[in-house]
Amino acid sequence: MGMTVVQRILARASGRSEVAVGDVVEPAVDLAMSHENAALVINQFREIYRDTGIEPRPWDPSRIAIVFDHRVPAESPKTATNQKRVREFVAAQGITRFHDIRGDRGGICHQILPENGYVRPGAVVVGTDSHTTSHGALGAFAFGIGATEMASVWALGYAVNVEVPATIRVNVSGAMPPMVGPKDLILHLVGVLGAAGATFRVLEFHGDAIRAMPTSGRLTLCNMAVEAGATSGIVPADAETLRYLKEEAGVLEAVHPVDADPDAAYERTVDVDVTALAPQIACPHTVDNVHPVGDVAGRHVDQIVIGSCTNGRLDDLAVAAGILRGRTVSPSTRMLVFPASGRIYQQALAAGYVADLVKAGAVVMNAGCGPCLGVHEGALGDGEVALSTTNRNFKGRMGNPASEVYLCSPAVAAASAVTGVITDPRGEGGR
Amino acid sequence: MSAPAVVLVLGDDVSTDVIYPGRYMATVLPSETPQYAFADLGAFNRRLAAGAVPAGSVVVAGKNFGCGSSREQAVSTLKGHELVIVAESFGRIFLQNAVNLGLRLVEAPGVKAAEGDELAIGATEVVNVTSGRRFAVRPLPAARQAIIDAGGLIAYTRRRLVSPAEGR
Repeated sequence: MGMTVVQRILARASGRSEVAVGDVVEPAVDLAMSHENAALVINQFREIYRDTGIEPRPWDPSRIAIVFDHRVPAESPKTATNQKRVREFVAAQGITRFHDIRGDRGGICHQILPENGYVRPGAVVVGTDSHTTSHGALGAFAFGIGATEMASVWALGYAVNVEVPATIRVNVSGAMPPMVGPKDLILHLVGVLGAAGATFRVLEFHGDAIRAMPTSGRLTLCNMAVEAGATSGIVPADAETLRYLKEEAGVLEAVHPVDADPDAAYERTVDVDVTALAPQIACPHTVDNVHPVGDVAGRHVDQIVIGSCTNGRLDDLAVAAGILRGRTVSPSTRMLVFPASGRIYQQALAAGYVADLVKAGAVVMNAGCGPCLGVHEGALGDGEVALSTTNRNFKGRMGNPASEVYLCSPAVAAASAVTGVITDPRGEGGR
Repeated sequence: MSAPAVVLVLGDDVSTDVIYPGRYMATVLPSETPQYAFADLGAFNRRLAAGAVPAGSVVVAGKNFGCGSSREQAVSTLKGHELVIVAESFGRIFLQNAVNLGLRLVEAPGVKAAEGDELAIGATEVVNVTSGRRFAVRPLPAARQAIIDAGGLIAYTRRRLVSPAEGR
């Protein structure tokens, strides 16, 4: 029986020749990522060793990555103290893949991991963040776990009791129309599948539209696989993956793409043709409440956010800058931009995007998770409406349960910044 | 002894942002998270804070309870009040976190209850004593049951460390 990409990865990582859906395996972990919640992981890790007489030391510090991104720079003494404790642990354990609050090598974990070449095709990646699904963009099996489960991985080097998930094959065909991109595709898919439509399943992406998509777009796609409940999204590694790893992530050694067997068994197949796809919007308060932009065009927005692990990459900022260059953010709204990493920030500076955005009236913040989850900066007032390129619009997500969040692409966000209302970027809106 | 009472009824897709809002995520220790349970549902949060909700009380919800973020605070905050969650289905990471920390979840497709109803929760079915309706329980996969039987993931992992022979 043929295996899907994730089955092949789990078989290799579990030392088995094959695995079937539903098998319980204990895969060796290639990369274990945490952000500020490493503070809780450390607490739970020490708890595991209590009264054992064994010194608490992670199985392999070189496979641990810790990236501060949720609250940077620290917004409170409590966060600053958590970050200080994590720094002390990192130093004591010799963890080198540590990304502190810095303008050069800092940023959001789901950009830092790929751009530093930490994620390789075929790897098993776990992270204490639900959007760890992002790293499937590089052909890895990447999934989110809780802090205690991460503590267990630090202790053992493998994940315990992982059930081999079923896979839904997603075939994406056609060429993206102008002003339509990966974000519109994944919003459309989440709408089709539903918020729990892929729970305990993997979304495996195929088709000419995927092959033509750069890694940045694949990261957007896999990032939001979790919004359909999926354990992970995955794009089998191809020539673009190898190009990205070599040219953008500085990976010089050989990498080994893993593809699905031709006779792999899928639970089902979903076909999407993007040729006529319109820009999509997820309306409050669930990510699967998805409509074409025309359904909600004209609605007033108080705050526009471009950035995050979903859409804070250089091509996202290029789209926004292209629309806003020489124009002005409407005085009836306000606009915040959060690049996904310090490196992207610098690239956007060099390309002139930051100047385009700032001159138009946007506030360009440091790389970080920012307002996406309502923990730091960009809070909304009672009754206010946000239009955001982030990945969640749950009630209270941006910090105020009396506000509303609409999700969209960078093109829709930038076109709407000019008008102050939700605007279709095709035609006049995007110029 | 009467069956535990339903203290809160919620719909589908209750996210971890509702269970434990992101702005309290700097609070990480399981001993400190219970104060923020359902912080944005002010009245219920105040009942919890006042000690007016007995241990073992039941929250009933629809599909996909605990969807969204992997934050473990969403589990430790409910565990701190010893609530039992009966829902039609759960988000994957939330379910795993609950198993790991010992929060009792019961998956009962189609479950219906109103606040104040009494629920008798058994291994194979949930009986709404007040309405007389019965709902089949979908059991947890055996792999997860092993962690529960060990007393949670910390104890389970500790045993692996101390007796490596029990491992892979």
